[in-house]
Amino acid sequence: MSEAPHSIPQSSAPLALVNARLIDPASGFDGRGGVLIEQGVIRRFGSEVTPDTLRAEVQIVDCQGDIVAPGLIDMHAFVGEPGAEYRETIATATAAAAAGGVTSILALPDTNPPVDDPAVVDFLLRRARDTGLVRILPCAALTKGLRGEDISEIGLLLQAGAVAFSEGSQSIRSASILRRAMLYARDFDALVIHFAQDHDLAAEGVMNEGERASRLGLTGIPHEAETIILERDIQLVALTGARYHAPLISTAASLDIIRRAKDRGLPVTCGTSINHLTLNENDIGDYRTFLKLRPPLRREDERLALVDGVASGLIDVIVSDHDPQDVEVKRLPFAEAAPGAIGLETMLPAALRLAVSGAVPLTRLLQALSSRPAEILGLAQGRIAVGAPADLIRFDPEEPFVVDPAKLRSRCKNTPFDAARMEGRVKLTLVAGRVVFEN
Amino acid sequence: MTHQSTPPFNHRHLLGIEGLSVSDITALLDLAEEAVAVSRQVEKKRATLRGRTQINLFFESSTRTQSSFELAGKRLGADVMNMSVATSSVKKGETLIDTAITLNAMRPDIIIVRHSQAGAVHLLARKVDCAVVNAGDGAHEHPTQALLDALTIRRNKGKIEGLVVAICGDILHSRVARSNILLLSALGARVRVIGPSTLLPVGIDRMGVEVFRNMREGLRDADIVMTLRLQRERMNGGFVPSMREYFHFYGLDEAKLAFAKPDALVMHPGPMNRGVEIGSTVADGAQSLIREQVEMGVAVRMAVLEALARHLPNV
Repeated sequence: MSEAPHSIPQSSAPLALVNARLIDPASGFDGRGGVLIEQGVIRRFGSEVTPDTLRAEVQIVDCQGDIVAPGLIDMHAFVGEPGAEYRETIATATAAAAAGGVTSILALPDTNPPVDDPAVVDFLLRRARDTGLVRILPCAALTKGLRGEDISEIGLLLQAGAVAFSEGSQSIRSASILRRAMLYARDFDALVIHFAQDHDLAAEGVMNEGERASRLGLTGIPHEAETIILERDIQLVALTGARYHAPLISTAASLDIIRRAKDRGLPVTCGTSINHLTLNENDIGDYRTFLKLRPPLRREDERLALVDGVASGLIDVIVSDHDPQDVEVKRLPFAEAAPGAIGLETMLPAALRLAVSGAVPLTRLLQALSSRPAEILGLAQGRIAVGAPADLIRFDPEEPFVVDPAKLRSRCKNTPFDAARMEGRVKLTLVAGRVVFEN
Repeated sequence: MTHQSTPPFNHRHLLGIEGLSVSDITALLDLAEEAVAVSRQVEKKRATLRGRTQINLFFESSTRTQSSFELAGKRLGADVMNMSVATSSVKKGETLIDTAITLNAMRPDIIIVRHSQAGAVHLLARKVDCAVVNAGDGAHEHPTQALLDALTIRRNKGKIEGLVVAICGDILHSRVARSNILLLSALGARVRVIGPSTLLPVGIDRMGVEVFRNMREGLRDADIVMTLRLQRERMNGGFVPSMREYFHFYGLDEAKLAFAKPDALVMHPGPMNRGVEIGSTVADGAQSLIREQVEMGVAVRMAVLEALARHLPNV
């Protein structure tokens, strides 16, 4: 629950959000009321926080019945720094995040240099403090140089402020090395986040394997590329006792594996991306490279299974999988284009589609976007509770808008939701009680 | 050095601590005490092994153990021959058993063997007629190291029973750890092992030791802190991430030693990696027994050779 390395300057002026529909997914609270914020933390909340109960110096925001909920915690995003500032910077990524209601970002380690040295963690935290609007939580490399060979300095990286460990968008090929990394991580109670995709089975694949790929003449990636690695990883979790998180599940078969692991009481959690919950392989249409993703978009029945997984809680978290790619690597034949899509700014309204359709209850949706990631990462934010950091968002779930890529704040515009009609716009984002976005 | 009072050590070989009784161990330690006295005299030579031939057969390079055995044999009057792997026919492709048969034909009385493979010394012992002493086989056993450690502890603490002994570091690859766990537990010490999980053998908790992954917890109330050598090839990511991380979390420095009892004593089987598993201020400090261990090594090996010599045929 340590918060110190990721703290942002707090607002000292007391602030109250009143006349809101408060939803705290951590406790299940859903009711009218307000939140009083002092020195960056939630001092009081509930129906008794009304304008007439507040002291004169408290700045009051009338939310006019909008929802106030914890800021979103995105467990999978690429922020560009260090080394890929042409794609994204902490300044642009956190501006997009703030506008999308994301108040904490787990920043992936596949940067240049990778986050495999305490000095890089320190750099990220300082850059975030100096240029960022929302919290950056460094996710460090599980192996040195992300080469999948040697364990990184997990103990020293944790002390420097890393909150989890991952191989970025790669899977460690050697079960023996992953076993040792997990064993070592377990001693420090460190979370191992491991992307599951078999290197050889995925090989030259560029989209979901099946009829659609065959018709398009593209090489497919079978479900088994994911499930074989996931199955192996779960057995290694049983062997080592490491805390394990599968960040990007894309198939129903993977859900069965996760369910069995959880039923056995293993310390296993998983996530899926907002893209995999709201899009399917048909959206690729005429070779739209903005929909080339890793893992690939699957068939509609797989998408529906993932949505059910979120609803039941089997899928713990929803992530943006924010992956800015510039036009030079996207304006290419589909097979040659880089995978990835931006998502920080559109994650909430895209997710709200699932609530509007009735597929996932709103509270459960917000859990997967805030309180559950906070639990997995051991963070104090992600809840509306007395003493919790005032990382809060205000949004109207019904306010419609059309996604205009030109107006998105990310440095790259590779959104799969180009010109999409959405509902639910963020009106206010607070981080540690400070206004970082207002609309 | 004649001893009617201690119970006899009735074994043909010394292949490990496993299989020794408490009275065997005590007999060897008592014998070693007398050897300490002998080694401190100007006249260090005894005639116990006069006329006997001792071969030191080291398939793995060693400085301290080999010279310790050589000195022990010479002080007892034996003719000692050193065979190191670099000059032996093993390099030419001879099998272990053929080497054993060849050496056996030269009629040695005692062979001291070190080999990189666990069980190799046992295999060799079955093929020869003389006494065999295990000077370290793979990650299995190193009985004379455990005996010299026990002797050092007993001389400094007056006893072994009831002491808390923490063995720290690379337990996985350590024959010293395995022999010490067996010996010290047999004599009534409470043995703990401390190290990262990557350096702990699976099932170690079933060997009668307490297992810790954290020095602060594992060293609490320890009377003896024994650190083990971490091989260089294991430092850079295979088993532990780096030297600096290993020293930070597991290296025995003054801050970590402060978790142990104020009168805790520090041991290391050598050779040390200063700044990896042990800091220099601790290695050279007042609580260190590291140099005394080397002296006890010669004495214990004299005791072992003498005990085995009693069962050598006299015709």
